[in-house]
Amino acid sequence: MSDNHSINTTINGEDYTSDVEARMLLSDFIRHELGLTGTHVGCEHGVCGACTVILNGRSVRSCLMFAVQAHGQQITTVEGMSASENDLHPLQESFREAHGLQCGFCTPGILMSLIPFLEENPRPSEEEIRAAISGNLCRCTGYQHIVAAVKLYVERDS
Amino acid sequence: MKPASFKYYAPESLEEALRLKAQYGDEARILAGGQSLIPAMNFRIMQPAVLLDLNLLAELSYISTKDGKVLQLGAMTRLNEVEGDVVIADRVSLLHEALPYIAHPQIRNRGTVGGNIAHADPAAELPVVALAMDSRFRVQSTNGSHWINSEDFFRGYFETAIDSDEILVEIEMPFLEPCTGWAFLEVSRRPGDYAMAGIAAVITLDSNHICRKARLVYLNLSDAPLDAKQSADLLVGEMQSNELIMEVAIKASEEEIMPMGSLHATVNYQRHLARILTKRALKLAFGRAKQT
Repeated sequence: MSDNHSINTTINGEDYTSDVEARMLLSDFIRHELGLTGTHVGCEHGVCGACTVILNGRSVRSCLMFAVQAHGQQITTVEGMSASENDLHPLQESFREAHGLQCGFCTPGILMSLIPFLEENPRPSEEEIRAAISGNLCRCTGYQHIVAAVKLYVERDS
Repeated sequence: MKPASFKYYAPESLEEALRLKAQYGDEARILAGGQSLIPAMNFRIMQPAVLLDLNLLAELSYISTKDGKVLQLGAMTRLNEVEGDVVIADRVSLLHEALPYIAHPQIRNRGTVGGNIAHADPAAELPVVALAMDSRFRVQSTNGSHWINSEDFFRGYFETAIDSDEILVEIEMPFLEPCTGWAFLEVSRRPGDYAMAGIAAVITLDSNHICRKARLVYLNLSDAPLDAKQSADLLVGEMQSNELIMEVAIKASEEEIMPMGSLHATVNYQRHLARILTKRALKLAFGRAKQT
């Protein structure tokens, strides 16, 4: 028994109209239906944070939402961070320079967690930075360089 | 696709939601924040036939106060909104203190107060806080609404007093009384993980610093929030002392709690944690009660 719904969503400023099965996760919709593969899928039960996107200005797990729930909502994925495909957002620049990533699997989720956080709290302490990314698992960096990258961004932004 | 198929409804009014709940009964699960339900569906531990998504019901999302002494929360209020509320931080400080322990910021952006409570996970924070604060819950069906006290609400693992045709719509939590100290503490393997043990303590003193009322509620140390009444009663009529706190901590951890043990914590370790947390929480709560 499939239960299909027509949805309209705005992702990275572009409007999409799609027909989705109710059980389709937002993460799968973004990756497989729209081909926006910057959003990564790790654990698919809300633990790893790799699939984090920005929903109406707030970071959420896209694997813990159904695509049908995104009807009428505004979403930003990692592809929507920078001005164009050839540019990096200043936060991405800082990640590159401070070695805030190795394999890069967790990076889109971490960036999507940090963007709303830094908007709300542009001068965070190290403790606040660590709390902000506590819901994102990284198996490469040991987090030191991620924190350093955020600090670099904050320093340049001020 | 990971979850099994289901029929999806996103009612645009509470009346419509209640009508659908009456129609489908136990077959229909309420989709609130989905931060516990959707993982369970992704694992296919749960395969509800029908989902009633309450996310369009703005009427169930609010933080208000009644008579300047009771906090009212709509069931669909997001956890991050509760976390950032200054009145709650000031007047219902136990709730404010417990919130950062609930998973991670991204989960609290989506998770709801009503969902956390109605899910009734013994390792969840809000059921413990709700019981420690003598809260009450308003549940509604097409036949009307009624209140359930927190003492009668939690019935065991993932079980509550909500009937199959009812929806939890509102939570009322009284403000802390004057001369009242509080503490919320838990121990987990990593921040944001389910705790191996936790405690909510609320203590009210008289003007001579003698304990007038005490409440100790434990997290993940039974199949539901555990109200350690006998241990808390030892505090009433007494002043703070190390001996008294030790006596309460031993009684609660050895006699009243009913830990189940898990892969991460044996029953003995959970009892040990309960004893330590009781001591820390009582010292903190007594200290705060004396300052207010």
